[in-house]
Amino acid sequence: MDTEAAINKLTGKFSDEIAGVTLRKGKRAIVTIRPTSLITLSEYLFKSEGFRFIIASAMHTRLGFEIYYHFSLDADGIILSLHVILDKEKPHIESLSNMFSASNWIEREMHELFGIDFLHHPNQEKLLSEGNWAEGVYPYRKEFK
Amino acid sequence: MSRKTLIPIGPYHPLQEEPELFKLYCDGEIVRDIKWETGYNHRGIEKLSESKSYDQVFFLVERICGICSTSHPFAFANAVEEIVGVEITDRTRYIRSVIGELERIHSHLLWLGLAGHFLGYNTLFMWAWKYREPILDLFEMITGNRNSYAMFKVGGVRRDIEKSKIPSIRREMGIIRKKLDLLTGAVMDDPVIHARTKGVGILTRQDIIDYAAVGPTARASGVDIDVRRDDPYAAYPLVNWKVITAEAGDVFAKIEVRLLEMYESASIIEQCLDALEKLEEGNIALKINEIPAGIGTGRAEAPRGEVFHFVVSDGSNSPARHKIRAPSYVNIATFKKSCIGQTIADATISLAAVDPCYCCTERMAAAYDSSSGEKILNANELIEISMKRTKELRKSEAGHE
Repeated sequence: MDTEAAINKLTGKFSDEIAGVTLRKGKRAIVTIRPTSLITLSEYLFKSEGFRFIIASAMHTRLGFEIYYHFSLDADGIILSLHVILDKEKPHIESLSNMFSASNWIEREMHELFGIDFLHHPNQEKLLSEGNWAEGVYPYRKEFK
Repeated sequence: MSRKTLIPIGPYHPLQEEPELFKLYCDGEIVRDIKWETGYNHRGIEKLSESKSYDQVFFLVERICGICSTSHPFAFANAVEEIVGVEITDRTRYIRSVIGELERIHSHLLWLGLAGHFLGYNTLFMWAWKYREPILDLFEMITGNRNSYAMFKVGGVRRDIEKSKIPSIRREMGIIRKKLDLLTGAVMDDPVIHARTKGVGILTRQDIIDYAAVGPTARASGVDIDVRRDDPYAAYPLVNWKVITAEAGDVFAKIEVRLLEMYESASIIEQCLDALEKLEEGNIALKINEIPAGIGTGRAEAPRGEVFHFVVSDGSNSPARHKIRAPSYVNIATFKKSCIGQTIADATISLAAVDPCYCCTERMAAAYDSSSGEKILNANELIEISMKRTKELRKSEAGHE
């Protein structure tokens, strides 16, 4: 399957959930979705289409908090990134860790470094600092110097 | 509730490449639960990268891991070249693959030696590390450094592999093949290694998919993934080689996969050298003046599995965001599956089996009784009980013959 076919299949099935698609050279695609659709789309990619979860990258930008959830279809070499934009004041999104264990650590890390809340996470404890870092200070936010 | 003994391994312990604390909750000799604390070595490299120029980031990411130091620059170069939209020259492709595969050989030999050491088979440790040494000498000849080679830059490499250097690399590949035959024989035919590693630390196919584990850890459980083939980069689509897999998912399967991968690496290097001999010297880097705004995702197959770099450029001189995912990040979490239900002696080799990154600084490891707080075992005693078990097995195997 090439990248375009994979994206067409996805947009055909979930046209209401998808806000925008960017196809890039070299079998890469970014699909911007509504945060509330994350579970539905991830479940489809992971369970039905056989995508592997690589990692999630959070960013603090002018729009608020953005997360790219990178999925890989190893048989075809495709990287598909689900892109969500979260609220500036109280960033939160549903956790994927009840679907697969691979996202457990990275969600804890994003919670610790960016202050993003992952709802229904099985154990949203700090991953890196183990109590050696002040509460409510998020080092990966842009305002942190 | 039965009384559980807490055995901490780490935070500084030779089993681990990075300082990490593993808490094994044991019932007698059986591990019933495992918890860990990470972050002792968190250096904020992603944040630091945002304040460095693209050229400097190569040196920064090279220092994420001392053993597979080229895999991060490899993935970062792939990501940035995707943003720029350039195709590197064929000569550069071959040079990059030679460096990548030499690194795989030295990293796998290092792991094999350590695995031998944890099993109490120190001859294997000394052999493997002895034969690893000439590979580091090759690195010194090619790049000027035994480790942290500083070879990669956007659009190319910093040093050429001249024709005069090729015969000594070839000679070394011939020698390493013979030594690999010896090591493979020593490991595959040894009844004690079979007894210590077969059926130990099993990860099923489903575990691998659930934890999204990568590299030899995944391939030893029958999950056939390898970025070099699946998402081709450098010279990997231009040479013939095969992905090694095994089905059992135990520690033995991981040893097998890594041993056979080294033969493939030697073959890839030889084919790259053939191509380098035919290509004209020079022309190893493209001139790239600026990095435009954009998003790049770069992957590379490190000795431990897929390295993933996500780079967001805003058109300035440094990345706006740089996310790095090393293979150990996903592989280490599988301990929850591989160690529970094992004996303590087997848990040590199960922890080492995914080749977690190494720190070399033993500071403290001790076993305490969780109820009385009384000290039971220290680090050396922990290694001793693993070695003792191998000795006992060796005796009983000898008794059978």
